[in-house]
Amino acid sequence: MRIVAPLFCGLIFGAGLLISGMVQPTKVLAFLDIFGAWDPSLAVVMASALAVAVPGFMLASRRSQPWLAQQYFWPGKVAIDVPLVSGAALFGIGWGLVGLCPGPALENLATLSPGIIVFVVAMAAGMVLHDTWQRSRLLAQRDGQLARADG
Amino acid sequence: MADFTPVSAAIGGALIGLASVLMMLLTGRIAGVSGIFSGLLNLRGEDKGWRIAFIAGLILAPVIAGWIGYGMATPTLPGNWTVIVVAGLLVGFGSRLGGGCTSGHGICGIGRLSPRSITATIVFMVTAVATVAITRHVLGG
Repeated sequence: MRIVAPLFCGLIFGAGLLISGMVQPTKVLAFLDIFGAWDPSLAVVMASALAVAVPGFMLASRRSQPWLAQQYFWPGKVAIDVPLVSGAALFGIGWGLVGLCPGPALENLATLSPGIIVFVVAMAAGMVLHDTWQRSRLLAQRDGQLARADG
Repeated sequence: MADFTPVSAAIGGALIGLASVLMMLLTGRIAGVSGIFSGLLNLRGEDKGWRIAFIAGLILAPVIAGWIGYGMATPTLPGNWTVIVVAGLLVGFGSRLGGGCTSGHGICGIGRLSPRSITATIVFMVTAVATVAITRHVLGG
């Protein structure tokens, strides 16, 4: 069940992206192009997803434990800070350039399109770059604190 | 308005919402694709199985749809490789720095009514719309 449940969820998620047309970068760009031939479909996708997600997450938060695991991994951060806003801003620029975000990009790997493979490799590189940078920053911070403690 | 498809958008959206809720109810995890994927990009051995399973499901969905006669069209991408690479780097780096993407912030986060996720979603929508406006209508693409 450890594997079956997430596999099943991935399948439903993928079916949703497929049926809604959001796997197609052109469909996403048509939503983002509000000054062109605007296609509001993505807004309907979000509204419909949230109509299910809001009561669903409310239900989940009332239960003390998930059905197939020991504990919930609810996100812990609440602060609206500079990394959140600058990260979202950079993400949006990349999303607007090609019309791909991580879910549809990974789902499109099924087409074996060279452009998609290059995008996913670049996306993975961007993630590793971020995580490596954060780790070195944390280490430098800790060294700084240790140096002060020594002094 | 060209190619507005409200019915398929509503059905697909409901499935995306359902998958996000089931993921939390069953496994206790947020169905944020950038977070799930980035957790595979390190050399630690643990905590990988459920991530691989979710992404495998995501990739298998169009394969199975193809078997039953609903094949997925090959995606249309810009002809310029530099644009694809820069976009990929920005999406990867930005989603990690901002703690999520369209699924994690846009669906799960707003689904939990998190002010953090609502903020992130507004910000990335604005910069994405601005990017398309500039590339299509200012530079002319």
